[in-house]
Amino acid sequence: MNDNPPLAELSRRLRTRKVSSVEATRHYLDRIARLAGPLNAFLTVDAEKSLAQARAADERIARGEASPLTGVPIAHKDLFCASGWRTTCGSRMLENFVAPYDAHVIEQFDRAGAVLLGKTNMDEFAMGSSNENSFFGPVRNPWDAAAVPGGSSGGSAAAVAARLAPAATGTDTGGSIRQPASFTGISGLKPTYGRVSRYGMVAFASSLDQGGPLAQSAEDLALMLGVMAGFDARDSTSVDRPKDDYAARLGAGVKGLRIGVPREYFTQDLAADVAGPIREAIRELVRLGAREVPVSLPNQHLAVPVYYVIAPAEASSNLSRYDGVRYGYRAPEYGDLADMYAKTRAQGFGAEVKRRILVGTYVLSHGYYDAYYLQAQRVRRLIARDFAAAFEACDVIAGPAAPSVAFDLGARTQDPVQMYLDDLYTIPINLAGLPGMSIPCGFGARGRPVGLQVVGNYWDEARMLALGHAFQQATDWHKRVPPGYG
Amino acid sequence: MLSPAEIRRIARLARIEVDDAQVAALGPELNAILGMVEAMQAIDTAGVEPMSHPQAFAQRLREDAVSEPDRRAEYQSVAPQVEDGLFLVPKVLE
Repeated sequence: MNDNPPLAELSRRLRTRKVSSVEATRHYLDRIARLAGPLNAFLTVDAEKSLAQARAADERIARGEASPLTGVPIAHKDLFCASGWRTTCGSRMLENFVAPYDAHVIEQFDRAGAVLLGKTNMDEFAMGSSNENSFFGPVRNPWDAAAVPGGSSGGSAAAVAARLAPAATGTDTGGSIRQPASFTGISGLKPTYGRVSRYGMVAFASSLDQGGPLAQSAEDLALMLGVMAGFDARDSTSVDRPKDDYAARLGAGVKGLRIGVPREYFTQDLAADVAGPIREAIRELVRLGAREVPVSLPNQHLAVPVYYVIAPAEASSNLSRYDGVRYGYRAPEYGDLADMYAKTRAQGFGAEVKRRILVGTYVLSHGYYDAYYLQAQRVRRLIARDFAAAFEACDVIAGPAAPSVAFDLGARTQDPVQMYLDDLYTIPINLAGLPGMSIPCGFGARGRPVGLQVVGNYWDEARMLALGHAFQQATDWHKRVPPGYG
Repeated sequence: MLSPAEIRRIARLARIEVDDAQVAALGPELNAILGMVEAMQAIDTAGVEPMSHPQAFAQRLREDAVSEPDRRAEYQSVAPQVEDGLFLVPKVLE
């Protein structure tokens, strides 16, 4: 194998026996060995385990029992528990944690016969927008080694962009799939809340977290979502709703589709080198038959403040389990039990995680709960209502995934609040629980990619993917590869 | 906003040890975050139901019957200290 095809093409070659899963897996393992180091995209690779899965996949293909992802090597964000694999969540707290069970998502890929290629680097416990918060060092953007890849699914995004894996899984709580996809010029999808089971997907903020795919194209996202989506009784928020045949519906086109463009998106905070490609992408969709409709999201400016109450609150609860008792890091020296807890958590967590746990603890504490947490939940409902109203006038909403292209490593680390404010386009979608997708639509300053975010109504992933597919048949941004990674 | 004493109190609630230098550094950081959050506190939300998650879920119920196998040995294989099926921790009070 001497190219790095999209997942759909690799799947075809595997099923027609033009390439074996062992060959394909070796191809990507070799690329990882040669190219992943400077990017720091992978935390765990186990060639023997991957090749054993590849051999099993080849046998399945030979028996004629293949499905689209059988034999395809997939990289997984290190937030998904995979039995027998180290699962670190980018944290010292789980540095040596070998998961004793599989996440539902991992089981789904296993059932489909996919190959686990490796575990990717990420912001610690999914808290971050640049992949600079990993205990294991930052990830670099394949387009520019001085730039961040985005976060928290930075490792998965860099891996796909550098063609070290045909596709990868990520998670998105405030933009952690869509923003890195935008920064690295690839396609990424956060499904409707409840579409993908969170069982075995280490929890950050339980009412916001959602697992989803990162890949080279909308077609590839459709194939990935077909495997990842599905009801799981073990996740109490998993919705028992049949999944669409996303791949079959890709060809629907965009004729007559009403694209809502919120007036609140185009402010002076949006960089001109991003606004240009976004407007051009919308014009392209209109050329393809869609119609642009002005809409308004009046509470757009409240989304980031609301999120930085709700997400830290939920995180403070979810991360209380890390206490050195049942798994993970335990402080080497301590006095009594309380001291063990306090030292384990002080040493095991990084600075950003501790900041968010403290904020969350504060907003949930006696005397502050109503003014902060309950109030944030009320404003959350106003934000969700804004989208419901907008969707009366349009079918999808389009805009930037981020207010700028990828920034330099170190550029935002001194000012956490500035980093938070940059999530203004992605966060509202998590608050409302809607599906959101980012697809590449051009380049901005310094040759860094720009992503178009498409937001759909609940459960409307098929229509969003069809839009992405139509756009990608008419343009070639998604085929661009960073220099040196072709 | 947050005083050093309050920061220590919150850290104690969160079971995270903080030293004097960390308390000093955390002050401005946490206050910056809470300052940013202030924007949403002034909004009039009278009569608006809090939204705890995106879907109008009711908690799914299931039969009150054993459905999971006993995997204690496996799950305890990753624990820092285990004996006779029990997780070992230091005394509650020294």
